[in-house]
Amino acid sequence: MPLSTQLEAGEEQYVLIASLDNARNLSNILKAIQFKDHATFLATSNGIKVTVEDSKCLQANAFIQAEIFQEFSIQEDSVMFRVNLAVLLDCLTIFGGSAVPGVTTALKMCYNGYGYPLTLFLEEGGVVTVCKINTQEPEETLDFDFCSTNVINKVILQSDSLREAFSELDMTSEVLQITMSPDKPYFRLSTFGNSGSAHCDYPKDSDMMEVFQCTQTQTNRYKMSLLKPSTKALSLSCKVSIRTDNRGFLSLQYMVRNDDGQICFIEYFCCPDEEVGEQEQ
Amino acid sequence: MRFRAKMIDIGCLNHFTRVVNTISKLTKTCTLRLTTDKLYFILSDKVANGGVSMWCELSQGNFFDEFQLEGVSTEHNEIYMDLAAENLSRALKTAHNAKSLKIKLTNKHCPCITVAIELPSLSRVSRVVTHDIPVGVIPKKLWNDFKEPSVPDFDVSIYLPPLKTMKNVVERMKNLSNFLVLEANLNGEMNLKIETDLVSVTTHFKDLGNPSWGDNGSQDSTQDRDPETMMDVKVDIRKLLQFLAGQQVNPSKVICNIVNKRIVHFILLHEDVSLQYFIPAHA
Repeated sequence: MPLSTQLEAGEEQYVLIASLDNARNLSNILKAIQFKDHATFLATSNGIKVTVEDSKCLQANAFIQAEIFQEFSIQEDSVMFRVNLAVLLDCLTIFGGSAVPGVTTALKMCYNGYGYPLTLFLEEGGVVTVCKINTQEPEETLDFDFCSTNVINKVILQSDSLREAFSELDMTSEVLQITMSPDKPYFRLSTFGNSGSAHCDYPKDSDMMEVFQCTQTQTNRYKMSLLKPSTKALSLSCKVSIRTDNRGFLSLQYMVRNDDGQICFIEYFCCPDEEVGEQEQ
Repeated sequence: MRFRAKMIDIGCLNHFTRVVNTISKLTKTCTLRLTTDKLYFILSDKVANGGVSMWCELSQGNFFDEFQLEGVSTEHNEIYMDLAAENLSRALKTAHNAKSLKIKLTNKHCPCITVAIELPSLSRVSRVVTHDIPVGVIPKKLWNDFKEPSVPDFDVSIYLPPLKTMKNVVERMKNLSNFLVLEANLNGEMNLKIETDLVSVTTHFKDLGNPSWGDNGSQDSTQDRDPETMMDVKVDIRKLLQFLAGQQVNPSKVICNIVNKRIVHFILLHEDVSLQYFIPAHA
């Protein structure tokens, strides 16, 4: 296979090698968190975590476990770098954006370590493309300090129903208010736009509600502009878990099935909107 | 000057439409040259086009059932005119189902190419849709500007890879860079390369085949050269993409001739239509 012969000489130098028979298993999930130009890659023996942040209030993480890759080898405990995500996606989809049935692009991603570019070898139909993307100094990613022990309320919904609700949200509203409670209205999404306020309720025993674990009534508001990008992850996913902790921080976790039926996760963390966010006890 | 022509075969009509669509995607305006045997769509390499030029030739006999031409004089039995290809393309859109197509040179408020399309209808009387496309007749003294370009003294001649694959790659590269280097050798290998501060991308095509030009001067000088040596041209990506994306006619083969660092020349041959396109190297 052309890709492996090209690498023979330099394979020892790479601190990270990750290969996929179908590059879409990486590009699709990265597209779902592409709301900023740059992303931080963190690779460990568990796999790769890609992080994108916005204004210190929002963080999206995509997890691609080592098992998803056909080949995954890492020479250090952890490898971290920052790349231009738009450039990376253009490279991953170099043979075209739309999926042609039966045709896949094979990918070999290699990284030499600090100061070296990220090298991609892509192959489709016997044609090979080599990309070298300059990497930057990785910046510290935010730690939202969101741990399960502090989770007050949690629901897991089937993505279908939430997709519908999100597509109908009044985008003239600056905030999205989420109410979670052991009592009515159980789970409510509210907007306050130009035409007035709108509410969308999900009863706790609805078919769409797979898990309902709410212990306390909480109402929190989040900037709509921060949550809007999450709709991409929502459209890709089959299930979504929504959790809030004692500070009103929001965690959205999306379960995504890739082309080969394997599961990957995307996670969004969002701070409550400072101006209005007050918890109702 | 007189010109009238008629097309009745639906296959010819659709083929002609595809050719005109291709031309309209390559350039906004071009020169239409009519002779008794052929139609030519010409774009000459003015600075306004960024130095790009095009020469498309069709044998009228393969398209038209009737063709009558009286040029500027008996000695020069030809007509040259400026035309917005898009206008012709739009007129032909109505012809996909037509019973017949008539084209003639008329003088309405100004010289026009009038396209009359006879459409099928349920009643005994056919519907006719008429389009008047304004044209600018070009005087004979300017005809020298539109001479057929000669095949350049190329360094490498190679067949292009499948246009769709090439187009997909160039489309993506356009997001990353304004310029692209196209290089090829006599071993059937072609590379498309871009390089910027952020990224460098190279796509390698192999086993493309090099056409033999027979007893051609250019070919002789290449005999001594190492077949692996790459000859290259750096071009504006948008111009290359315009050429690749515009192709509506599915050519059997596209030949690419490279004059090292100077110009790239594409030749498409499809049945009875030949299209040549020149992109100069970026300064």
